[in-house]
Amino acid sequence: MNEAGMTAAGVEAARSGTVRTPDGELSKVKIAASGVRVYYGEKQALFDVSIDIPERAVTAFIGPSGCGKSTFLRCFNRMNDTIDIARVTGKIELDGRDIHDPDIDVVELRARVGMVFQKPNPFPKSIYENVAYGPRIHGIARSKPDLEEIVMRSLQRAGLVDEVKDRLAEPGTGLSGGQQQRLCIARAIAVNPEVILMDEPCSALDPIATARIEELIDELRENYTIVIVTHSMQQAARVSQRTAMFHIGHLVEEGPTDMMFTNPREKRTQDYITGRFG
Amino acid sequence: MSVSTIQASVEWTTKATAAHRRRRHAADRRLRLYGIAAISLAIGLLAILIISLIGTGHKAFVQTMVRVDFPISSERVQPENIAAGNFRGVVSDALSAMFPEVVGPPELRSLGQILTNNTQFMVRDAVIADPSVIGGSVTLRVPASDPFDQLNKGVVSRDIPESQRRVSDQQIGWFDRLVSEGRVSTPFNWGLFFNADSRFPELAGLAGAIVGSFYALLVCFLISFPVGIAAAVYLEEFAPKNRFTDLIEVNINNLAAVPSVVFGLLGLAVFLGWFGLPRSAPLVGGMVLALMTLPTIIIVTRAALKAVPPSIREAALGMGASHHQMIAHHVLPLALPGILTGTIIGLAQALGETAPLLLVGMNAFITSPPGGVMEASTALPTQVFIWADSPERGFVARTSAGILVLLGFLMVMNAVAIFLRQRLERTW
Repeated sequence: MNEAGMTAAGVEAARSGTVRTPDGELSKVKIAASGVRVYYGEKQALFDVSIDIPERAVTAFIGPSGCGKSTFLRCFNRMNDTIDIARVTGKIELDGRDIHDPDIDVVELRARVGMVFQKPNPFPKSIYENVAYGPRIHGIARSKPDLEEIVMRSLQRAGLVDEVKDRLAEPGTGLSGGQQQRLCIARAIAVNPEVILMDEPCSALDPIATARIEELIDELRENYTIVIVTHSMQQAARVSQRTAMFHIGHLVEEGPTDMMFTNPREKRTQDYITGRFG
Repeated sequence: MSVSTIQASVEWTTKATAAHRRRRHAADRRLRLYGIAAISLAIGLLAILIISLIGTGHKAFVQTMVRVDFPISSERVQPENIAAGNFRGVVSDALSAMFPEVVGPPELRSLGQILTNNTQFMVRDAVIADPSVIGGSVTLRVPASDPFDQLNKGVVSRDIPESQRRVSDQQIGWFDRLVSEGRVSTPFNWGLFFNADSRFPELAGLAGAIVGSFYALLVCFLISFPVGIAAAVYLEEFAPKNRFTDLIEVNINNLAAVPSVVFGLLGLAVFLGWFGLPRSAPLVGGMVLALMTLPTIIIVTRAALKAVPPSIREAALGMGASHHQMIAHHVLPLALPGILTGTIIGLAQALGETAPLLLVGMNAFITSPPGGVMEASTALPTQVFIWADSPERGFVARTSAGILVLLGFLMVMNAVAIFLRQRLERTW
């Protein structure tokens, strides 16, 4: 590691704007964060976090409870702006543009960077309306058949279309937990985002629903950049290509997933993975 | 490793535990009894109110009517100008026909007092409606005047000495003859709902008051609903959290507790004095009521907005909805059931308010329902107030009847609010 605390891979990434994925491929950097600090009032929650998120791959944030991974995730679509006492400093760039630039419309940012939450939260509207809402307010659909096509395509990509195609008018809240979460994913991809942020999407679901969502994430990564926060290391190992480990607001280590789990550099990573704490 | 001592297991059958159990059961029973006593007291008082109202008021829901045949002679009434006909004479003829032995103006006048004062106008209206009866006769059921109405209903006792009664023995004798001829009946008093106010209790009704209250509530709703919701949405969603907005919030809560008569004084000084709006108009009454209902609606709307789960807001924001879109598309529709319920309850409260309406003059004595919001009018609670003050015996029962009608409207409105709340309530 050099004086700035960056690894050789990190230096390479910073110079070329790329990240090496486990396959050895060089992938473009979708989101570049450097020196990010988050304060909740007087309390500092994140300390100088810097990381590059490769595009069209799954990056997992792991770490014990309260370590700041969800807070950091929410920085990427500026959801922390909705919290009055939260203050974010540092630079976060999406495709090279600083997302805190005053020229950036936060509403458009959130259409490009979608989010799926921990507890499924479909709107109390019909299934069709849930998925159609995003395209409608962003003016993505040009006509009604167009909108219908977008809705069906999103439901299909989310793996939900077979189960709901005859009951699109029924309320979204009437589905099971796993189906609701897939509906939320369909809703997120209906606006054609580039990045999907997932904040512990499976923690409220049973193992079978979890497995389906993980399958879905694997399919989605062909088209979308995915960042997933998870408290399950096994899930991170199954699903992600790069993993970042957080601990009390610090980014302890990050790298290709298989390397992180088989040969971590930091002792804290090693301890967390082997279950010594967290 | 410390050694934990094993506690002796609890003995459930000793005298001490039995006494403890008895005390606990006694405390449970006492608490239940307090609750039952409180509810019984509340229901008991309400029952006393309703029963006493029904007791004094039920008589006002029927009206003594007398069936009289009125000969319409062509001497008294000309077809070319019916309205100018001598209908007083027609009524006189009818009475003479029924009581041929009564002659002389003083006795005839005494006899005529059995029927309501407006009998001649009722006959006139019947002839105007059907001019073909000129030359023949028309049979009408006309209300008996108030003293005889009370006599027939048994409110006025026949045992009181004649000098202390409004009806003389001779009149009672005539009236009893009408009864024995089967001309007297007591059908349901529709006039209570469809007639406007009148000097004469037998003709007085709540129509003017009901229409006046309706207009006033309409104005109140049209002002307070949009203003209240907009203010609440701003305070809850957009206003920065600082000392100034805290001050506003405290003031709004205090306004909800201000005595209503103060709003009446405000209306008198500002709406009538400064703005120069017409006195007794439902417009002014509605504006004053709107001032009173506004704090209620604001408080209720804020509570309903707070009750929308943050997960819905986050989901909307995460999709790229702007703050305004989130509120308009998601938060407000979900808060609407609560807002509606609170609004109906606020309007029901406004319906029963008397003091502010009195101060802006909505106790005008008008004999026809108002045609619009700018005409002088009265309202249900103020009408009851006027009747309570009137000396005629018939108004005693009508006051209670008016209160019952007002309570009826209030119960219907509250029932609608409860029904709406149950139907529209969502579980997340």
